[in-house]
Amino acid sequence: MSRSSFSAVALAVAWRALHNAVTRPALILPSIIFPLFFLVAFAGGLSRVGDVPGFDFPGGYTAFVFVWIVLQSCAFTGAFMGFNIAADFESGFSRRLLLAAADRRGIVAGYVITGLVRSTFTALLLFVAALVSGMRLEGSLLDLLGLLALGWLANVVGTLFALGVALRMRSVQAGPLLQTPIFLLMFLAPVWVPLDLLSGFVGAVAGFNPITFAVEAGRSLIAGSATGLPLGYGLLALMALVLTGWALTGLRRAEAAG
Amino acid sequence: MSSALSTQVGFLIRRSMLRTLRQPAAVIPSITFPLILFGINAGGLAAAAQIPGFPADSYLDFIFAFPFIQGALFGATMAGGDLARDIETGFLNRLSLTPVSRVALLAGLMGGVVGLALLQGLVFVTVGVLAGVQFAAGVGGVAVMLVLMALTALGFGGLGAWLAVRTGSGEAVQGAFPLFFVAIFLSSVNLPRELIAVDWFRAVATWNPVSYLIEGMRSLVITGWDPTALALAFAVAAALVVIGLTAAAAGMRTRLGRT
Repeated sequence: MSRSSFSAVALAVAWRALHNAVTRPALILPSIIFPLFFLVAFAGGLSRVGDVPGFDFPGGYTAFVFVWIVLQSCAFTGAFMGFNIAADFESGFSRRLLLAAADRRGIVAGYVITGLVRSTFTALLLFVAALVSGMRLEGSLLDLLGLLALGWLANVVGTLFALGVALRMRSVQAGPLLQTPIFLLMFLAPVWVPLDLLSGFVGAVAGFNPITFAVEAGRSLIAGSATGLPLGYGLLALMALVLTGWALTGLRRAEAAG
Repeated sequence: MSSALSTQVGFLIRRSMLRTLRQPAAVIPSITFPLILFGINAGGLAAAAQIPGFPADSYLDFIFAFPFIQGALFGATMAGGDLARDIETGFLNRLSLTPVSRVALLAGLMGGVVGLALLQGLVFVTVGVLAGVQFAAGVGGVAVMLVLMALTALGFGGLGAWLAVRTGSGEAVQGAFPLFFVAIFLSSVNLPRELIAVDWFRAVATWNPVSYLIEGMRSLVITGWDPTALALAFAVAAALVVIGLTAAAAGMRTRLGRT
């Protein structure tokens, strides 16, 4: 297959998914409202957690939770892409798409592009909301772009995982399977306090969770003292690489199922 | 209650409970999901117990009321979803042609909700005790907590049933779930109200009735017998029951009238 057929399919799928998102806001509202709600609930309701002895984050509590919320929203925007493709299978559209696409890998790429655009929009919205709610910025513009890049990687991970599940299940009933693993991965990271203040099984698991390193890298960026970036970016990139195989084998399964 | 009515209610409670228990995909998340969030909160926010003025020695004890409220919410969503399915499949229409009374229909459904709530509550208590939760109010406190959870589930169940009969759609009932979920998070679930630093959030939590349900249950774990907290919790639960069941009964009357 030529490169042009791959990109033509990818762009067509992305255009359609983005068009649907604009014309049917009910599809994208959950992926926007929930992160905003988390920002309100965490930054508003838990700000005194920043007074815990040993909690010393330069940007304040809102900036501390903001990083996790951005990564969570990006990852979940990716997971929601799985609902789109599952719904497309239920309506029969995806089967027609599989027949029509010259290079079917472009379908996966198209959904990845859509996820990236949607997650950028949500991340920017969150950024504005966090600034309005009093978030202090210690990092530079470059640091913020670095945080956005981490969000993009988290989004690609979420999208590829969800595509792999949706292409195998081909039903919106796969909803819990699309969300639960990402939910657990995100919440078994240092959400409200730094890693060394976690306890119980969350503390034990968080030390091995790749999301922990991404969150810590993001927090170092927003605090203006970048550390741990290779590990943060590297682990997410590795997950994206592995999940590319997961999504493409899912595509093969969907093709085989007809 | 006349013997005919009690027979009807008995059959419908049995149906409601059997239908619930035959759906492990629905029952298991209603137990595991609150427990997972309980574990995540307890581990993730354990350090919050070190905030000056925090009312408990352990965050595990403090957050233990959370699965009870969330579990009650799950039960409500299931009740509403089940009733909506009865409407969608036409079962309610067929039932309305029989001599079954509206009271029996509603009581049967709510019996299932309370049964599930008690099952959830017993599992939560067992897991909590195994995890190290200590009840300041002792065994009696556990019993009161279960009663409070059952009442809360009944109230939320009434609201779920009202939504179901109003809309006739399981999707609409499921769609309301996030709203209930938001109500939990905009309460004093994670920190006591006096330790919420942001004024508007503290005001919302103070006006939010869910705060009082949580604080009543929590008092049994961390304080012992606190008459004020318990009176407020039971008052809120009772109001929720009255509002939920009244709305559901009125909705049922309209729905069956249309039939």
